Amino acid sequence: MNPMEWLTQTLAVVAALVAAPLFLGWINQCRAWLQNRSAPSILQPYRGLVKLFHKDAVLAESVSPLFRAAPYVVFAAMVTAAAIIPSTSTRLPFASAADAIALVGLFATARVFLSLAAMDVGTAFGTLGARREMMVGFLAEPALLMIIFVASLISATTALPVISEQLAAHSLGLYPSLAFTSVAFTMVLLAENARIPVDNPSTHLELTMIHEAMMLEYSARHLALMEWAAALKLFNYACIGFALFIPWGTAMGRAGPAALLLSVPLLGVKLLLAGAGLALIETVSAKLRVFRAPEFLATAFLFAVLGLLVHLLLGA
Amino acid sequence: MSPLPFSLQLVNALATLLLLSSFAMLSQRRVVSLVNLLALQGTVLFLATLLLAWRTGQHHLYVSAALTLALKVCFLPWLLHRLIRKLGVYWDAEPLLNISGTMLLGVLIVVFSFGLAQPIVALASTATRSGIGIAIAVILLAFLTMITRRKATSQLIGFLSMENGLFFGAMSATYGMPMIVELGVALDVLVAMLVLGVFFFQIREQFDSLDLHHLESLKEGK
Repeated sequence: MNPMEWLTQTLAVVAALVAAPLFLGWINQCRAWLQNRSAPSILQPYRGLVKLFHKDAVLAESVSPLFRAAPYVVFAAMVTAAAIIPSTSTRLPFASAADAIALVGLFATARVFLSLAAMDVGTAFGTLGARREMMVGFLAEPALLMIIFVASLISATTALPVISEQLAAHSLGLYPSLAFTSVAFTMVLLAENARIPVDNPSTHLELTMIHEAMMLEYSARHLALMEWAAALKLFNYACIGFALFIPWGTAMGRAGPAALLLSVPLLGVKLLLAGAGLALIETVSAKLRVFRAPEFLATAFLFAVLGLLVHLLLGA
Repeated sequence: MSPLPFSLQLVNALATLLLLSSFAMLSQRRVVSLVNLLALQGTVLFLATLLLAWRTGQHHLYVSAALTLALKVCFLPWLLHRLIRKLGVYWDAEPLLNISGTMLLGVLIVVFSFGLAQPIVALASTATRSGIGIAIAVILLAFLTMITRRKATSQLIGFLSMENGLFFGAMSATYGMPMIVELGVALDVLVAMLVLGVFFFQIREQFDSLDLHHLESLKEGK
């Protein structure tokens, strides 16, 4: 690896680690504004993390080593995913190790460990949350794969950086198939990151929560890692969306340091817009009953399949 | 990558919007939203016709576009809204199949109709021939909407959506039907709509409901 590749790779990971909590803070701020509340600072997620890292961890007596290991595994999976996704540059040495399908597998690994850890303690809420998470997961995953397949069909590869480069290269044209898949992707993003129509991230109301229910038994540094991983997951999904649907502005291929420098503020702008959009969606929609969630995700899957079919029929 | 000119790409995009609105109809439970979706479908059809008329220079397509705008975007939705208000039916009962099942069936139908359109597309010579598959899918999806609903109003809306599909099919296969046929079909739909509107009141008077299941039994007072 030459120094330039080192630089792009490090930048991608560091940008993800730094920007993920900020992105979450920005979404919370927008939501508060839209709901006429006074907004928390954009740095609030950082303060939460710092507070949690300074506390002493409390563990239940019945836990197995799996429970302790899970936060590290989940966090590592999300950081690895951030290293593969072309957020600032498509020239990522790591990306040749795993393509987009392996990326979906990486997310699945994190989900499995999170669910196992939730069931490990043996409390009712943990099991409930884990089961619901798996229900959402097994419906969201095929939809996400379908979305990636559409982009792969258009660009004839499953490597995410190459897909991004190809899509950015022939941008002048209407792609009805990509319009379908972008809707599907937004729905999957909302479901996978425990956002409003499927799960409410800011509630501890027992009967409706999914993601929070799984983390009830965690405290201190474990909880901090879990929350940081959740923020990273949201950031990663947003960056996959940028790579597939608005790839312009990312430093392409062998572009020099200037393009790389420019790509960071551009990523910031994209994140600001995406965060505001997400907050808007979450404010105007109501949370679905848990048993309506499969319908929501079936619709996402349907959109992705329609995108695939339309691409095959129209060739666009 | 895309050798198609921009206006044709736009027609293709409108065609996919048509397909999307069909799916939205399939998943909709509220009758009022169904009517709004029908109006939306009419608008998309109007835009597609207008674009095609401008692109191909066929003057009779302007007439059909105007007809679509007057009839399918303005008049029929207005009539349907009035009908719904008078009959007081805002909700359809539970559809016969659950929504997710219907949607998956819909995807299968789309696959089937795209396959069905393949040989026709190979024979057609129009620039918009790839829209034929979408038109067939819209027709069959409207059929599915009619099959899975119980209430007469929703079935009528399915029927009207089917006509939209036929119209689009004719447009993409041969740049529209002859003017006389088009006028005839428009008149047909209008009359059917007016007659059915009267019919609904009769059905409700007889059975106190718009559920067409009641029509299946022959005996009176059952």
